[in-house]
Amino acid sequence: MKLDCKHVWEYISEYIDQQLEPSVLADVENHLENCEVCSAVMDSTRNVLVLTADNRTFELPVGFSERLHRRLREVIGEGAGR
Amino acid sequence: MGESRQAASAETIAREKGLISRILGGEADLFHELIRPYERMVYSTVFAMVKNEAEAEDGAQDVMISAFQHLKSFRGESKFSTWLVTIAMNEGRKRLRKTKAAGLESLDEAKEEHEGDFTPVALTDWREIPSVALEKKELREKVREAVQELPEIYREVVVLRDLEELNQEETAAALGIAITLVKVRLHRGRMMLQKKLVPYLKTAGTIASAKRGFLGRLLQ
Repeated sequence: MKLDCKHVWEYISEYIDQQLEPSVLADVENHLENCEVCSAVMDSTRNVLVLTADNRTFELPVGFSERLHRRLREVIGEGAGR
Repeated sequence: MGESRQAASAETIAREKGLISRILGGEADLFHELIRPYERMVYSTVFAMVKNEAEAEDGAQDVMISAFQHLKSFRGESKFSTWLVTIAMNEGRKRLRKTKAAGLESLDEAKEEHEGDFTPVALTDWREIPSVALEKKELREKVREAVQELPEIYREVVVLRDLEELNQEETAAALGIAITLVKVRLHRGRMMLQKKLVPYLKTAGTIASAKRGFLGRLLQ
Protein backbone atom coordinates (compact mmCIF):
# COMPACT_ATOMS: atom_id res chain seq x y z
CA MET A 1 0.00 0.00 0.00
CA LYS A 2 1.27 3.47 -0.81
CA LEU A 3 1.31 5.78 2.18
CA ASP A 4 1.19 9.55 2.01
CA CYS A 5 3.34 11.71 4.30
CA LYS A 6 0.61 12.49 6.80
CA HIS A 7 -0.05 8.82 7.35
CA VAL A 8 3.63 8.14 7.84
CA TRP A 9 3.76 10.83 10.54
CA GLU A 10 1.09 8.99 12.48
CA TYR A 11 3.42 6.01 12.67
CA ILE A 12 6.57 7.88 13.77
CA SER A 13 6.28 7.09 17.44
CA GLU A 14 5.57 3.40 16.96
CA TYR A 15 8.28 3.19 14.34
CA ILE A 16 10.83 4.59 16.78
CA ASP A 17 9.64 2.14 19.43
CA GLN A 18 9.82 -0.71 16.90
CA GLN A 19 6.19 -1.60 17.42
CA LEU A 20 4.84 -1.51 13.90
CA GLU A 21 3.24 -4.56 12.34
CA PRO A 22 5.56 -6.06 9.72
CA SER A 23 3.25 -5.13 6.82
CA VAL A 24 2.94 -1.50 7.95
CA LEU A 25 6.64 -1.36 8.74
CA ALA A 26 7.51 -2.32 5.17
CA ASP A 27 5.26 0.45 3.80
CA VAL A 28 6.71 3.03 6.17
CA GLU A 29 10.28 2.05 5.37
CA ASN A 30 9.58 2.13 1.70
CA HIS A 31 8.16 5.63 2.04
CA LEU A 32 11.08 6.82 4.18
CA GLU A 33 13.58 5.66 1.60
CA ASN A 34 11.93 7.79 -1.02
CA CYS A 35 10.81 10.83 0.94
CA GLU A 36 13.32 13.36 2.20
CA VAL A 37 10.71 15.25 4.22
CA CYS A 38 9.59 12.23 6.19
CA SER A 39 13.06 10.90 6.79
CA ALA A 40 14.03 14.37 8.09
CA VAL A 41 11.00 14.37 10.39
CA MET A 42 11.98 10.93 11.64
CA ASP A 43 15.63 11.88 12.25
CA SER A 44 14.76 15.13 13.98
CA THR A 45 12.28 13.36 16.26
CA ARG A 46 14.91 10.80 17.16
CA ASN A 47 17.37 13.57 17.98
CA VAL A 48 14.82 15.25 20.21
CA LEU A 49 14.33 11.99 22.09
CA VAL A 50 18.07 11.42 22.44
CA LEU A 51 18.34 14.88 24.00
CA THR A 52 15.37 14.24 26.30
CA ALA A 53 16.94 11.04 27.62
CA ASP A 54 20.35 12.68 28.05
CA ASN A 55 21.28 12.72 31.74
CA ARG A 56 22.44 16.30 31.51
CA THR A 57 19.05 17.62 30.38
CA PHE A 58 17.62 17.23 33.86
CA GLU A 59 20.77 17.55 35.90
CA LEU A 60 20.84 17.21 39.67
CA PRO A 61 21.51 20.49 41.47
CA VAL A 62 24.92 20.78 43.14
CA GLY A 63 24.83 19.27 46.62
CA PHE A 64 21.51 17.50 46.03
CA SER A 65 22.78 14.12 47.13
CA GLU A 66 24.35 15.39 50.36
CA ARG A 67 21.20 17.24 51.36
CA LEU A 68 19.01 14.25 50.53
CA HIS A 69 21.04 11.78 52.56
CA ARG A 70 21.33 14.20 55.46
CA ARG A 71 17.53 14.46 55.61
CA LEU A 72 17.18 10.70 55.22
CA ARG A 73 19.57 10.12 58.10
CA GLU A 74 17.33 12.22 60.31
CA VAL A 75 14.26 10.22 59.35
CA ILE A 76 15.99 6.84 59.57
CA GLY A 77 17.50 7.82 62.92
CA GLU A 78 14.07 8.70 64.32
CA GLY A 79 12.72 5.35 63.21
CA ALA A 80 15.54 3.46 64.91
CA GLY A 81 15.11 5.41 68.12
CA ARG A 82 11.44 4.55 68.43
CA MET B 1 22.56 -6.39 23.98
CA GLY B 2 18.97 -7.08 24.92
CA GLU B 3 19.96 -10.27 26.69
CA SER B 4 22.81 -8.72 28.66
CA ARG B 5 20.51 -5.87 29.65
CA GLN B 6 17.97 -8.36 30.86
CA ALA B 7 20.61 -10.24 32.79
CA ALA B 8 21.85 -7.01 34.36
CA SER B 9 18.31 -6.16 35.25
CA ALA B 10 17.68 -9.58 36.85
CA GLU B 11 20.86 -9.12 38.85
CA THR B 12 19.73 -5.68 40.02
CA ILE B 13 16.32 -7.00 41.02
CA ALA B 14 17.88 -9.79 43.08
CA ARG B 15 20.35 -7.43 44.73
CA GLU B 16 17.61 -4.94 45.59
CA LYS B 17 15.35 -7.64 46.91
CA GLY B 18 18.11 -8.66 49.28
CA LEU B 19 18.71 -5.06 50.38
CA ILE B 20 15.00 -4.47 50.97
CA SER B 21 14.57 -7.49 53.21
CA ARG B 22 17.63 -6.48 55.22
CA ILE B 23 16.29 -2.92 55.58
CA LEU B 24 12.94 -4.24 56.73
CA GLY B 25 14.79 -6.59 59.04
CA GLY B 26 16.32 -3.65 60.88
CA GLU B 27 19.36 -2.57 58.84
CA ALA B 28 17.66 0.71 57.98
CA ASP B 29 20.89 2.44 56.99
CA LEU B 30 21.06 0.30 53.85
CA PHE B 31 18.22 2.41 52.49
CA HIS B 32 20.83 4.99 51.47
CA GLU B 33 22.47 2.40 49.27
CA LEU B 34 19.16 1.19 47.84
CA ILE B 35 18.10 4.58 46.53
CA ARG B 36 21.48 5.94 45.45
CA PRO B 37 21.12 4.84 41.79
CA TYR B 38 17.71 6.51 41.53
CA GLU B 39 18.35 10.01 42.83
CA ARG B 40 18.39 11.59 39.40
CA MET B 41 15.36 9.62 38.26
CA VAL B 42 13.26 10.79 41.20
CA TYR B 43 14.45 14.38 40.98
CA SER B 44 13.96 14.70 37.23
CA THR B 45 10.48 13.21 37.37
CA VAL B 46 9.36 15.69 40.01
CA PHE B 47 11.22 18.55 38.31
CA ALA B 48 9.60 17.83 34.95
CA MET B 49 6.22 18.13 36.63
CA VAL B 50 6.71 21.12 38.95
CA LYS B 51 9.24 23.10 36.86
CA ASN B 52 10.80 24.74 39.90
CA GLU B 53 14.20 23.51 41.07
CA ALA B 54 13.78 24.13 44.79
CA GLU B 55 10.30 22.65 44.81
CA ALA B 56 11.56 19.64 42.86
CA GLU B 57 14.37 19.03 45.34
CA ASP B 58 11.99 19.27 48.27
CA GLY B 59 9.57 16.95 46.48
CA ALA B 60 12.31 14.44 45.66
CA GLN B 61 13.33 14.30 49.32
CA ASP B 62 9.72 13.71 50.31
CA VAL B 63 9.51 10.89 47.75
CA MET B 64 12.52 9.12 49.22
CA ILE B 65 11.23 9.53 52.77
CA SER B 66 7.83 8.24 51.75
CA ALA B 67 9.47 5.28 50.03
CA PHE B 68 11.38 4.51 53.24
CA GLN B 69 8.26 4.73 55.35
CA HIS B 70 6.21 2.60 52.97
CA LEU B 71 8.88 0.13 51.98
CA LYS B 72 6.91 -2.67 53.62
CA SER B 73 4.13 -2.17 51.07
CA PHE B 74 6.52 -2.80 48.16
CA ARG B 75 5.53 -6.28 47.08
CA GLY B 76 8.16 -6.84 44.47
CA GLU B 77 5.57 -7.25 41.72
CA SER B 78 7.22 -4.42 39.84
CA LYS B 79 10.84 -3.33 39.82
CA PHE B 80 11.83 -1.17 42.77
CA SER B 81 12.72 1.64 40.34
CA THR B 82 9.22 1.52 38.82
CA TRP B 83 7.62 1.62 42.25
CA LEU B 84 9.81 4.58 43.19
CA VAL B 85 9.18 6.54 40.00
CA THR B 86 5.44 6.04 40.49
CA ILE B 87 5.70 7.68 43.92
CA ALA B 88 7.75 10.47 42.30
CA MET B 89 5.15 11.01 39.59
CA ASN B 90 2.38 11.19 42.19
CA GLU B 91 4.38 13.67 44.24
CA GLY B 92 4.89 15.79 41.12
CA ARG B 93 1.18 15.66 40.32
CA LYS B 94 0.22 16.55 43.87
CA ARG B 95 2.54 19.54 43.96
CA LEU B 96 1.41 20.66 40.52
CA ARG B 97 -2.21 20.58 41.65
CA LYS B 98 -1.32 22.77 44.61
CA THR B 99 0.44 25.27 42.37
CA LYS B 100 -2.54 25.33 40.05
CA ALA B 101 -4.98 25.74 42.93
CA ALA B 102 -2.92 28.70 44.12
CA GLY B 103 -3.36 30.21 40.65
CA LEU B 104 0.34 30.11 39.92
CA GLU B 105 -0.11 28.00 36.84
CA SER B 106 -2.80 28.03 34.21
CA LEU B 107 -5.32 25.23 34.19
CA ASP B 108 -4.25 23.93 30.84
CA GLU B 109 -5.79 20.50 31.23
CA ALA B 110 -5.59 18.94 27.82
CA LYS B 111 -8.54 16.74 27.14
CA GLU B 112 -8.17 13.67 25.00
CA GLU B 113 -10.55 15.13 22.42
CA HIS B 114 -8.49 18.31 22.54
CA GLU B 115 -8.24 19.65 19.03
CA GLY B 116 -4.50 19.93 19.13
CA ASP B 117 -2.12 20.03 16.25
CA PHE B 118 0.00 16.96 16.57
CA THR B 119 1.70 17.08 13.22
CA PRO B 120 5.47 17.46 13.25
CA VAL B 121 7.40 20.20 11.50
CA ALA B 122 8.04 19.05 7.97
CA LEU B 123 11.62 19.69 6.99
CA THR B 124 13.34 19.54 3.69
CA ASP B 125 16.82 20.67 4.60
CA TRP B 126 17.65 18.54 7.59
CA ARG B 127 21.18 17.32 8.11
CA GLU B 128 22.48 15.15 10.88
CA ILE B 129 23.20 17.43 13.83
CA PRO B 130 26.88 17.54 14.70
CA SER B 131 27.42 16.09 18.15
CA VAL B 132 29.16 19.30 19.19
CA ALA B 133 25.80 21.07 18.85
CA LEU B 134 24.14 18.54 21.13
CA GLU B 135 26.77 19.34 23.74
CA LYS B 136 25.47 22.88 24.06
CA LYS B 137 23.99 23.71 27.42
CA GLU B 138 21.49 26.14 25.90
CA LEU B 139 20.02 23.42 23.75
CA ARG B 140 19.54 21.11 26.72
CA GLU B 141 17.80 23.94 28.55
CA LYS B 142 15.42 24.33 25.62
CA VAL B 143 14.71 20.62 25.69
CA ARG B 144 13.99 20.72 29.40
CA GLU B 145 11.66 23.69 28.99
CA ALA B 146 9.88 22.05 26.09
CA VAL B 147 9.21 18.94 28.17
CA GLN B 148 8.05 21.03 31.12
CA GLU B 149 5.70 23.03 28.94
CA LEU B 150 3.86 20.04 27.51
CA PRO B 151 0.24 19.77 28.65
CA GLU B 152 0.18 17.57 31.73
CA ILE B 153 -1.33 14.41 30.25
CA TYR B 154 1.32 14.30 27.54
CA ARG B 155 4.11 15.36 29.86
CA GLU B 156 3.48 12.49 32.27
CA VAL B 157 3.81 9.91 29.52
CA VAL B 158 6.84 11.53 27.88
CA VAL B 159 8.59 11.79 31.25
CA LEU B 160 8.09 8.13 32.09
CA ARG B 161 8.77 6.75 28.61
CA ASP B 162 11.39 9.06 27.13
CA LEU B 163 13.05 10.55 30.17
CA GLU B 164 12.98 7.68 32.67
CA GLU B 165 12.79 5.03 29.96
CA LEU B 166 10.08 2.88 31.47
CA ASN B 167 8.44 0.47 29.07
CA GLN B 168 4.88 0.82 27.88
CA GLU B 169 3.39 -1.57 30.43
CA GLU B 170 5.24 0.03 33.33
CA THR B 171 4.15 3.49 32.19
CA ALA B 172 0.52 2.40 31.89
CA ALA B 173 0.64 0.86 35.37
CA ALA B 174 2.36 3.89 36.92
CA LEU B 175 -0.23 6.28 35.51
CA GLY B 176 -3.20 3.98 35.89
CA ILE B 177 -4.18 4.25 32.24
CA ALA B 178 -4.54 1.81 29.33
CA ILE B 179 -1.59 0.97 27.10
CA THR B 180 -3.43 2.29 24.06
CA LEU B 181 -3.72 5.66 25.80
CA VAL B 182 -0.02 5.60 26.62
CA LYS B 183 0.71 5.14 22.91
CA VAL B 184 -1.60 7.93 21.77
CA ARG B 185 -0.37 10.41 24.35
CA LEU B 186 3.27 9.52 23.78
CA HIS B 187 2.95 10.06 20.06
CA ARG B 188 1.27 13.42 20.51
CA GLY B 189 3.73 14.52 23.17
CA ARG B 190 6.68 13.58 20.98
CA MET B 191 5.26 15.43 17.99
CA MET B 192 4.74 18.53 20.13
CA LEU B 193 8.36 18.30 21.27
CA GLN B 194 9.61 17.89 17.73
CA LYS B 195 7.62 20.92 16.62
CA LYS B 196 8.88 23.06 19.47
CA LEU B 197 12.52 22.00 19.30
CA VAL B 198 13.31 21.68 15.62
CA PRO B 199 13.93 25.42 15.19
CA TYR B 200 16.60 25.27 17.93
CA LEU B 201 18.10 22.06 16.63
CA LYS B 202 18.40 23.58 13.19
CA THR B 203 20.02 26.72 14.55
CA ALA B 204 22.45 24.66 16.61
CA GLY B 205 23.29 22.60 13.57
CA THR B 206 23.81 25.66 11.39
CA ILE B 207 26.08 27.39 13.88
CA ALA B 208 28.22 24.33 14.27
CA SER B 209 28.53 23.69 10.56
CA ALA B 210 29.24 27.38 9.91
CA LYS B 211 32.09 27.18 12.42
CA ARG B 212 33.34 24.06 10.80
CA GLY B 213 33.22 25.85 7.46
CA PHE B 214 35.18 28.76 8.83
CA LEU B 215 37.74 26.51 10.38
CA GLY B 216 37.84 24.51 7.21
CA ARG B 217 38.71 27.61 5.22
CA LEU B 218 41.43 28.57 7.70
CA LEU B 219 43.01 25.20 7.32
CA GLN B 220 43.01 25.29 3.59
